[in-house]
Amino acid sequence: MAFEFSDEHEELRRTVRQFFENESDETKVRELMASERGFEDATWKQMAEELGLAGLIVPEIHGGADFGAVELAIVMEEMGRALLCAPYLSSAVLATSAILLAAEETAQKELLPRLASGDATATLAFAEKVSPWDLSAIAMAAEGDGASVTLSGEKTFVLDGTTADEIVVVARSNGNLTLFQVAGDAAGLTREALPPLDPTRKLAKLRFESTPAARISTGDAEPALRRALARTVTALASEQLGGSQRCLEMATDYAKTRLQFGRPIGSYQAIKHQCADMLVEVEFARSAAYSAAFALDEDDDGAEVAAAMAKSFCSEAYSHAAKRNLQIHGGMGFTWEHPAHLYLKRAKSSEMLFGSPISHRAKVAAAVGIGSA
Amino acid sequence: MKESELRERTRVLLDEVHPDDEGVSRVDFRSAQFDHGLALVHFPEGLGGFGLSPKLQAVVNEEIQSHAKTFYENLVVNPIGIGMGAPVVLTYGSEEQKRTLIKRIYTGEDIWCQMFSEPSAGSDVAGLSTRAVRDGDDWVLNGQKVWTTLAHVSKWGMLLARTNPDVPKHDGLSYFLLDMESPGVDVRPLYQITAEAEFNEVFLNDVRIPHEQMLGAEGQGWRVAITTLMNERSALGGGSSRKGGGPVSVLTRILAESGAQRSPAEQAILEDKATQLYIRAELLRLTTQRAKATQRSGNPGPEGSVGKLAQAEIYKDVWETCVAALGDDGLLYEPGYELRRPTGDFRGTGESSAEKHILQAKYQLLRSQANSIEGGTSEIMRNILGERVLGLPGEPRVDKEIAWKDVPRG
Repeated sequence: MAFEFSDEHEELRRTVRQFFENESDETKVRELMASERGFEDATWKQMAEELGLAGLIVPEIHGGADFGAVELAIVMEEMGRALLCAPYLSSAVLATSAILLAAEETAQKELLPRLASGDATATLAFAEKVSPWDLSAIAMAAEGDGASVTLSGEKTFVLDGTTADEIVVVARSNGNLTLFQVAGDAAGLTREALPPLDPTRKLAKLRFESTPAARISTGDAEPALRRALARTVTALASEQLGGSQRCLEMATDYAKTRLQFGRPIGSYQAIKHQCADMLVEVEFARSAAYSAAFALDEDDDGAEVAAAMAKSFCSEAYSHAAKRNLQIHGGMGFTWEHPAHLYLKRAKSSEMLFGSPISHRAKVAAAVGIGSA
Repeated sequence: MKESELRERTRVLLDEVHPDDEGVSRVDFRSAQFDHGLALVHFPEGLGGFGLSPKLQAVVNEEIQSHAKTFYENLVVNPIGIGMGAPVVLTYGSEEQKRTLIKRIYTGEDIWCQMFSEPSAGSDVAGLSTRAVRDGDDWVLNGQKVWTTLAHVSKWGMLLARTNPDVPKHDGLSYFLLDMESPGVDVRPLYQITAEAEFNEVFLNDVRIPHEQMLGAEGQGWRVAITTLMNERSALGGGSSRKGGGPVSVLTRILAESGAQRSPAEQAILEDKATQLYIRAELLRLTTQRAKATQRSGNPGPEGSVGKLAQAEIYKDVWETCVAALGDDGLLYEPGYELRRPTGDFRGTGESSAEKHILQAKYQLLRSQANSIEGGTSEIMRNILGERVLGLPGEPRVDKEIAWKDVPRG
């Protein structure tokens, strides 16, 4: 694997970092996490129009920038650093990947330009109460078998489910997993905000009662959805990497300036060695996240395993970094006023989102043949 | 010089003397290779090279390997001599020393060892206490060195000794070349927890070293030593070069072959542990790759510094998990503890039988305990990461400004 970033990549990183430093500082994050909607339309529009981020991975013919997983990794890493509050993971990554990989062309033509331009947001509603992250466990079945059907039942842990303009629902049709498009304001759709552990990322429960829906995929969409999820968890791993790096920086900066017993606490090995261990984990997380992204762009057969590896490792690395950062800040780190808890909550929630580290490790184990012969 | 010319010269060498030919010994061949300037191409003409980039040595090696079955690895012939001895003689030695020592290092006629560590100076090697006192044209040495690889077969040793105890520790050291056959040099095997002696202790009793065998000036020993120590640390810790290779491949095999004796719950716990280690080993490999990429691009980052620490921790954990997977069988240690020099039976990581994997795991459970000590302890590595990479302040030093003789020791 090459692992080489070009000058254009570095330029992209600089641009987005600068933008988020201005538009997603701590004050803004705190304001948005307390709001019901959870993001600002003006910033979202700016991200879409000026930076081309909403359509980053959308092909040019649908109005996007036509970039791959590596560019997405860079952008997500910076969003993770800044704890950006926006429907990016739900709309520009998850729903966009599902539409790109699993939906019919007419639906792509209709949906993707609106998502890329920032005129609309979408989300993917697939998780159900039982085994939420397991595609094969999806039970909701469409009624009717034409282009227009109705859906009944419940979807949960829907990212930005109360604000998305378009809901892409995964349900069964003749037993096959199929994508259906439901308008956010459709009749028979009740959207209920869930109380999230991480208030910077909104979650919803959606109740469907004979809700009208349009079929937008044919055949069995499960393999394509699996790839879409691999792309999404790879992007999320990068977001986790960005958060871990930020935690490491916060902890070391504090350790250099906080004085106790007459010297900086970072001069004590008890603190220094924790920082060194964080550094090792962050660098490993970087290798995991980047290699998964490069594998996707190189169409590597191992891309799904690399994604599972990245999600399991980056999840734990982020949680460790967030907890260590809090600990190194001492009592101050436990206050509401200090940002350490914002990272801890993002870390813990993204660890469980789309499946726990253990569940992703189980995928790795199966793929590489760890177990009894 | 162009690659093509280097290849041509290598073919001329092989026409003249071929390592596969009967009657051509290792010394014969490497001696001729040295005279042709194809031994260490980055060394000057007349000293085994042509003053080329060290990367070009690969061209010569490749050419030899494609025309001969016999290939002598530097690491096998004389690891410390070629890796550290030859460069230090080249940089600090007299013309006479360069002429007489370097070639015999290369041929393996003279094996070299390095004597820095002492029982009271491990991580704090600059605090060492072996004394060298000037007596006419000689220095007279008294003290003890430890962890000396190959001392029992060495002709020459690179040695650090204290020539001035009245200045701070780094300033009072000098660097010597010691003829290991000198009177008063007593080399004894140092048995480790595997019952093997990979290393030695070296006792020095009134050992005389002629003044011209001091490399660098009196009191400059630390600077001379630092250049050689650097090579050691970067040589440790890059993980396996192959996905799923190295120690973790032994773990996956043992886990697969020993599953029958475990309950499903035990199996699940071990499998998750093994998968975590598989992932860490893979990330060590990828991090090493990433370090190489950033090095090529001229922007080396922290990824290059974490390997030694990470590898030590991962490998120790892998071997321990292997033995955990063996269950009751882990109560037994078939090689036994008869004190001996290493035989190498249980060390290889190549393809081998299930039984051999099991013995290897048991052996490595013990041997790998040193991974986090040798070549810089994990604690020192964490200090280095914390201070040099993250920029955290150092511990207050009580020994830095005062004369070595006034520093508490024990």
